[in-house]
Amino acid sequence: MGLTLTALSIHFPGQPPLFAPLSLSVPPGITTVMGPSGVGKSTLLDAIAGSLPPEATLSGQITLYGDDITTRPAHTRQIGLLFQDALLFPHLSVGDNLAFGLSPRTRGRTARRKAVTEALEHAGLPDMEARDPATLSGGQRARVALMRSLLAEPRALLLDEPFAKLDTALRAEMRAFTFAHIRARNIPALMVTHDAEDAEAAAGPVITL
Amino acid sequence: MRQPTLRRAVLSLVALLGVLPILAGLWQSLRASFGILPALGATTLSPAPWGQLMQLPGLTTSLALTLTTGLGATLIAFVLVVALCAARADRAPVPPRLLAPFLAAPHAAMAIGLAFLIAPSGWIARALAQVLGWSTPPLWITVNDPHGFALILGLVIKEVPFLLLVTLSALSQIPLRQSLITGRALGYGAGALWLKLVLPQIWPLIRLPLMVVLAYALSNVDMALILGPATPPTLAVLLARLFSDPDTAKLLPASAGAILQALLVLASFAALWATARLTGWAGRIWLRKGTRGPHSALGPLPALTATALLALGALSMAALLVWSLAWRWPFPRLAPESWSLSAWDTSTAPLTTTLLLALTTTLLSTLLAVAWLEGEDRARRRTPWAEALIYLPLLVPQISFLYGLNILFLRIGISGGMGAVIWAQTLFVFPYVMLTLSAPWRALDPRLTRTAAALGAGPWRQLIAVKLPALLRPLLTAAAIGVAVSVAQYLPTLFMGAGRIATLTTEAVTLASGSDRRITGATATLQAALPLLAYLIAFALPALVHRNRRALNGGHTAWA
Repeated sequence: MGLTLTALSIHFPGQPPLFAPLSLSVPPGITTVMGPSGVGKSTLLDAIAGSLPPEATLSGQITLYGDDITTRPAHTRQIGLLFQDALLFPHLSVGDNLAFGLSPRTRGRTARRKAVTEALEHAGLPDMEARDPATLSGGQRARVALMRSLLAEPRALLLDEPFAKLDTALRAEMRAFTFAHIRARNIPALMVTHDAEDAEAAAGPVITL
Repeated sequence: MRQPTLRRAVLSLVALLGVLPILAGLWQSLRASFGILPALGATTLSPAPWGQLMQLPGLTTSLALTLTTGLGATLIAFVLVVALCAARADRAPVPPRLLAPFLAAPHAAMAIGLAFLIAPSGWIARALAQVLGWSTPPLWITVNDPHGFALILGLVIKEVPFLLLVTLSALSQIPLRQSLITGRALGYGAGALWLKLVLPQIWPLIRLPLMVVLAYALSNVDMALILGPATPPTLAVLLARLFSDPDTAKLLPASAGAILQALLVLASFAALWATARLTGWAGRIWLRKGTRGPHSALGPLPALTATALLALGALSMAALLVWSLAWRWPFPRLAPESWSLSAWDTSTAPLTTTLLLALTTTLLSTLLAVAWLEGEDRARRRTPWAEALIYLPLLVPQISFLYGLNILFLRIGISGGMGAVIWAQTLFVFPYVMLTLSAPWRALDPRLTRTAAALGAGPWRQLIAVKLPALLRPLLTAAAIGVAVSVAQYLPTLFMGAGRIATLTTEAVTLASGSDRRITGATATLQAALPLLAYLIAFALPALVHRNRRALNGGHTAWA
């Protein structure tokens, strides 16, 4: 159960498939995907998130807790996405970035504001609602981005080299922070990385493409 | 996930309301030039209109003037801009923000201001009079001089800022620093580097804007009417007179002239293309020789010339304002003896009409541009052929198709109304809005919308809550340029409004031939103030809304 890929294969016109048909079951917890550059790791994440370039052809099946999501639009998949850049919306305050992500299932102004405040406290960033995201440090931004993803109540999470842009000291701290939250939520997470230490810290299955 | 619907709808709309009218207008002009104009009862195919055109007095001089002023002004502006950028290869020669007022000023207002400045009783003559002790205005012929020098000067002042901005934007798209560093390390001088490495790289990016300038310089009516020679005038002015002649039989030779004007522009494009090919070919031979010079750029000469031109432009604008407030201003005083607000006490109807037209056409154009770019994002595919067609209304001379289009408008019964003028103006407003908006829109990090989608935001929420606010500054800049383009339109308002719709521009051009400088000055000042106000809003509003958003307030302002 969790996130399941069945005989998944992607190819671009005039090129051989990116990788041999891939069947994979991602249980709750962190599964790491490694492999050389250009092998199609990021494209695999695009396929799962639903943002494959239109010229790519996808075969096989993607299911999430039994639902076939292979052809669903990206915004209905309930799959969170984290890149090496935090990609906070530049026109919104930190609090509004979180509110944008917060699932509509949390209703009412007070309840929603409380959820945002709590998320910031969890991230060790209390009272930062009104801050301009551009004034945060790299580590603070990364934590806000993770919180924003989690507030959307994703059923799975995809991480594309999430720690690559952080410096070494911060990287270990962010790893611990991110993995702890994923484990606490007990959702399947697929992480693409170049860094063997990421895989080691994730302490889950490792797939090499 | 491809969603092609929006893109298809936008492309159909642009083809139907944008491209088709231009082709239909050209077709009507072509038919009329061979004697077919059913509205006048002319139904026999004949080359007679062409004969009548050729027999017009002074036609040869008109054609020669058109070519010398149009090609001359474009060439001078282009060479100056290249020299200016080459002289200061590493940084922008002028801060782009300084150029905005010159871009915002409508052609007609700039022309009227320049006429005030260089006329025998203008500021320049008054300043000379202080030194030389003149007590009466000199007998020189500056405005409407028979060689078109004043027109060339006016066109250069107006086109240099535009070409400069386009060139600066092109320079930011190529690996300029690396090219210069690598070239210098190989021992090449600054001048050689520019001609051999930089110019060939930016040429494909500035070719189309240069063609737009060339087409305008060869075929504009408003500037040529105000500054250009009068007997005979340039071809476009001659045609505008024929088209508005009470004798409707003149419409046939006028249509032949409209086709001739289009052919003239087409031939100039061909000449430009051939020159570019030839220069490229000769340049590569020169490049293979490996000469490291010329080492020096041109020294301070380009910068001085450009500064003088900008100063003339600024003084022209100031002249408009001062004349509008002057009461008694005898020669050779530098400032009016007495002041009065009476020139401002005129009808506000042209101002209201101008504002209404500017806001409507800008709103329509901005909506269409957003729909186009969003449709492109959703279909996840661009449309190269349609992007090339965006330039069409800017490359075809207005006078060549607008009267033909008006014949069609007459037939469907909308000529002479606001709707027809809005439609015709939007033909020219949309391309500028689209060209201004598309670069920053496409430069927005696509992962931002993918992140929004991963958070559960559907396409509309992605557009309204993420893209549009993040693009507020370029959106407003594009809208300001839309307002400037709309306010500046002369021929579309005149022809499609059938002379019944008066805007500040049509008023200013009409007044310019009269003798009351005060009222002319007031109208032209208002005409120039509207676009300037739009630019100010576009500059101030995002700064206010995003005052606490550093990432959106960085220096990456796109003025063009």
